[in-house]
Amino acid sequence: MIDYLTNRDFLLMVLRLVIVFGGLMGAFAYLSLVERRVMAFVQMRPGPNRVGPFGLLQPIADGLKFLFKEQIRPTGANAWLYLAAPLISLVPALLSFSVIPFGPALQVTDLNVALLVVFAVGSLSVYGIVIGGWASNSKYPLIASMRSSAQMISYELSLTLSVVGVLMIGNTLSLVKLVQSQEGLWLGFIPRWNIFLQPVAFVIYIIAATAETNRLPFDLAESEQELVSGWHTEYSGMKFAIYMLAEYANLIAVSCIATILFFGGWNGPSFGPDWMVMILPTIWFVMKISVFVFFYVLMRSTVPRVRYDQLMRFGWKLMLPVALANILITSLLVALS
Amino acid sequence: MVQNWVPVLVFLILVTGFAVVSLAGSWLLGMKKPRPEKLVPYECGMKPIGTARDRFSVKFYLVAMLFLLFDIEAVFLFPWAVVYRELKIFGFLEMLLFMAAILGGYIYVWKKGALEWER
Repeated sequence: MIDYLTNRDFLLMVLRLVIVFGGLMGAFAYLSLVERRVMAFVQMRPGPNRVGPFGLLQPIADGLKFLFKEQIRPTGANAWLYLAAPLISLVPALLSFSVIPFGPALQVTDLNVALLVVFAVGSLSVYGIVIGGWASNSKYPLIASMRSSAQMISYELSLTLSVVGVLMIGNTLSLVKLVQSQEGLWLGFIPRWNIFLQPVAFVIYIIAATAETNRLPFDLAESEQELVSGWHTEYSGMKFAIYMLAEYANLIAVSCIATILFFGGWNGPSFGPDWMVMILPTIWFVMKISVFVFFYVLMRSTVPRVRYDQLMRFGWKLMLPVALANILITSLLVALS
Repeated sequence: MVQNWVPVLVFLILVTGFAVVSLAGSWLLGMKKPRPEKLVPYECGMKPIGTARDRFSVKFYLVAMLFLLFDIEAVFLFPWAVVYRELKIFGFLEMLLFMAAILGGYIYVWKKGALEWER
């Protein structure tokens, strides 16, 4: 045991783990600022710009404020479940990052079933919402959590089915091998990304991922005009912060998976001295994720919310058949080639 | 292969520890002045009417059951897709049969109106 805890591999793993965890925490903190600032610019107002230059210290101020807030438990709430629900939301959301490769060398662990782990862990996040909504002993959170769970499980089908087409091309569940299979160029200038082979799957994935992360136009779970603020109406202070953290973690996680499955992961032009060759893949990866995150933020500030019956009809009657048809056509093409 | 999972476990402990410590820190540092009015569940500023643990529409159960059926299909598709290139045309025909069965159920559910939300 001591041998294992002091050998080089274990220490390297701990180092990678600290880098990934620290990087993620910084990313979540600044994502909250970026989201508010970008939305503010879209709506022609300045947004939070008072704390530090350009509001850059705002996340720190927010964190301190969360820390010093009073913890409130509504009367009649189920004490343990009310406390546990944010944790049940956050832990699975963050856990998926333990298998995501941020670069050839920057990955906590390389599992041969990594994609399966991401989906398995990702589908647990619905529990945090349902338990939190029920345990609050308030009507709006209950309605929101029922809506949200039905929405998330409906779109999870299309989400998982959209990936099957990519798996038929990549023939592996390991995220590292999926990235490696997209190395190189076609005809010398088109990158061998899966999006060119699976455009339909990509569109389905992006739409389903939006619904999975409860973001506009599918944020029925927290539609402010009807449900105050959804399943976390009764949550404040640090518990609310943990819910927000989980939301951002889910957002970045689906962006990571979209990048790995459809946009070649860390693949990109590599040049310069040795140290640049080492960090460039991670920079490409982060840039690709940022594009997705920016897209989601822009979408939040531009599109209106759909109605609930429209949401369910869209998910079950359009997304699901299209995803199945995509699998059939892809399998036919792969079998013929 | 098992040692590849150790980092996942370490990550799980780290993440859980982070969440618990931040909650405990907020509990230690935050003020504690509970008043009955403050702790009332939110209902637009008035006293809550009735219980919040109310009954809800049976449609949600229906969605959950349909989800289970189709998610099992997805579970079968995953390993099939991974070894698809080795199975060749045999794998394609096998999956065509499986899909036909699922599709039959899907059409039945649609015709029965289980996918209509507003009825």
